[in-house]
Amino acid sequence: MRASLRTRLQTRLRTKTAILIAVLAGLHFVLLFAGFFAPYDPTTQNRELPFAPPTRLHFADDSGFHWRPFVYAWTSAPASDQGDSYKEDRGREYPVHFFVNGPSYKVLGVYEATLHLFGVAEPGELLLFGADGYGRDEFSRVLFGGQISVAAGITATFITLLAGSILGIIAGYYGRWIDESLMGVTELFLSLPWLYFLLGVRAFLPLHLSTMRTFFLLTGVIGLIGWARPARMVRGMVLSSRNRNYVLAARGFGGSDFYLLWRHVLPDVFGLLLTQAALLIPRYIAAEVTLSFFGLGVSEPVPSWGNMLSTLQQYSVLVSYGWLLAPAGAVVVTSVLYSSLSDVIHSRLESH
Amino acid sequence: MSYIARRLVRAILLLLGVSALCFLFTEMAPGSFFDEMRLNPQISPETIAALHSRYGLDQPLPVRYGRWMKSALHADLGYSIAYNAPVAELLWSRAKNTLLLTTTGLLLTWMISVPLGVWAANRRGGLLDKTVTLASSFLVSVPELVIAVALLAVAVRWRILRVGGMMSADFESLSTPAKLQDVLLHLALPATILVLCETAVIVRHVRASVLEVLGAPYVQAARGFGISEARLLFRHVLPVAANPAISLLGFSLAGLLSGSLMVEVVCGWPGLGPLILEATLSRDLYLVIGGIMFSALFMVGGNLVADVVLLAVDPRIRREGADAR
Repeated sequence: MRASLRTRLQTRLRTKTAILIAVLAGLHFVLLFAGFFAPYDPTTQNRELPFAPPTRLHFADDSGFHWRPFVYAWTSAPASDQGDSYKEDRGREYPVHFFVNGPSYKVLGVYEATLHLFGVAEPGELLLFGADGYGRDEFSRVLFGGQISVAAGITATFITLLAGSILGIIAGYYGRWIDESLMGVTELFLSLPWLYFLLGVRAFLPLHLSTMRTFFLLTGVIGLIGWARPARMVRGMVLSSRNRNYVLAARGFGGSDFYLLWRHVLPDVFGLLLTQAALLIPRYIAAEVTLSFFGLGVSEPVPSWGNMLSTLQQYSVLVSYGWLLAPAGAVVVTSVLYSSLSDVIHSRLESH
Repeated sequence: MSYIARRLVRAILLLLGVSALCFLFTEMAPGSFFDEMRLNPQISPETIAALHSRYGLDQPLPVRYGRWMKSALHADLGYSIAYNAPVAELLWSRAKNTLLLTTTGLLLTWMISVPLGVWAANRRGGLLDKTVTLASSFLVSVPELVIAVALLAVAVRWRILRVGGMMSADFESLSTPAKLQDVLLHLALPATILVLCETAVIVRHVRASVLEVLGAPYVQAARGFGISEARLLFRHVLPVAANPAISLLGFSLAGLLSGSLMVEVVCGWPGLGPLILEATLSRDLYLVIGGIMFSALFMVGGNLVADVVLLAVDPRIRREGADAR
């Protein structure tokens, strides 16, 4: 009876993990091929459409219902008052087409391409999430911004886990003074409020750099600040697995330190690292978003979820142009997906 | 007593370590505050060199660190280059506001999350428990910045609370009670954001540690004796469950300070946050170091308070202290 309940729970967990991983994979796929899924270039400005609201998709006009949705172009009415300064120009319909040619972009940063998933004919604009202050398409910017923010989260997590597990393994395996001094340093890193620390370290680094260098600097700083907690966890794992009988036996048979670590200790640590990764990625995405929001991260015109949100620091923008909260929505979706994944992995490891 | 002494030594070591780390970073950093000045043709290289030596930047690292340490012991944290004023004064004038915000946030957080956590644990699987668990796990996974911006949008949109700064423009002309009310109305939004973010974290821990205790045999025995539910929970269960929760206080303090920095910037609360951010952007060396030291001091102080509280409520630690002697 109990056994069947347990297997049922495990099956449910497995399905849940599969669904979450599939959804996350889909999300990353869309972000990775943002150029294809986004109808516009994220940096192209349209000075005629600053703060244009999201384009409405229509299915019906005077001649009846159409299966293919169409849109009307925005015309800026003379600004009477804020909010309602755009009107739909009902004179001409722009049907939405799929697999159209549009602005050129690079696939994975290498291949030139012009194919887009959807779009409308030229003078028409399809702004799914509206436009920002420079008339740039918010939807395209959310996709391209996600590339930077999510990649920053993943890279920083990788750095943290690499540094954390190397130092944790060293501390746990060699013990004694190495262990004590390393754990002293982790205490130092853990005792500082991370945002103060992050700002502090950022203060000593150059402010204006190319996007690439800023990106690596940022991920490096975020990643290196967080190494202490995983290092402590890994150390605990290593300490407990070091004295397991099979490890002692392998040592008795003459296994070298490296062999023992690689063959016997590391597999134990792996599950822990996986949970930590799912936990850390959203946190580091948030760190990147916060820093870019403050103007310390990737800078304009390259979009990231953080610097897109920073226009909302003006109250007038925050109040009038609600669609500019779209990157916040993207951050929430990504974070919730990742943390559910970490919960699921955690309970799966526990149930074993 | 020796327990407290050990904690104190650890705290001092931590502060030393943090300051050493800060100076190490400054040494590794390429460039400085004067980089922008160098681009200006009207400022001669000699002037910049003179400024360099005036702020002691031409000295080697150990000398600078030694000097800084010596003056820091007299509560002098050096001179801000951008403000041209003593760092300690600048920080202190802002730190008061950060303290107001964080202590309000801290008190409210614990006042809300302890009863809520205990209650949710006691009615495990009930409607309230499910709501609390779901809401907290959602709030934990959403970045604090997003929560802050969203709440700010709500507050600005519907003009619920006063936003921006700490006082209204006509603050000076108000009577004392009106002044107090004005500050409180300004405090409400940043405090709410902070409390929302922190409560989500802490309520889960309180719930978990109470749940663990509720399974103990003595609780069942007490139930069998017919003790009232409230007395059982708050007199017999909570003190036992308090230990992990109070140890958490120390860790939560770090989160609180980081959260407060972000909230201050978003809401325009004139605390340490905007000051440190500005110092970071202008690379105002000693101000940044001072700010980090201040935050470390808060942390260490808060941890010490947590330790003392722990000593007061947990007899096991008192005994451990006695054994050590």
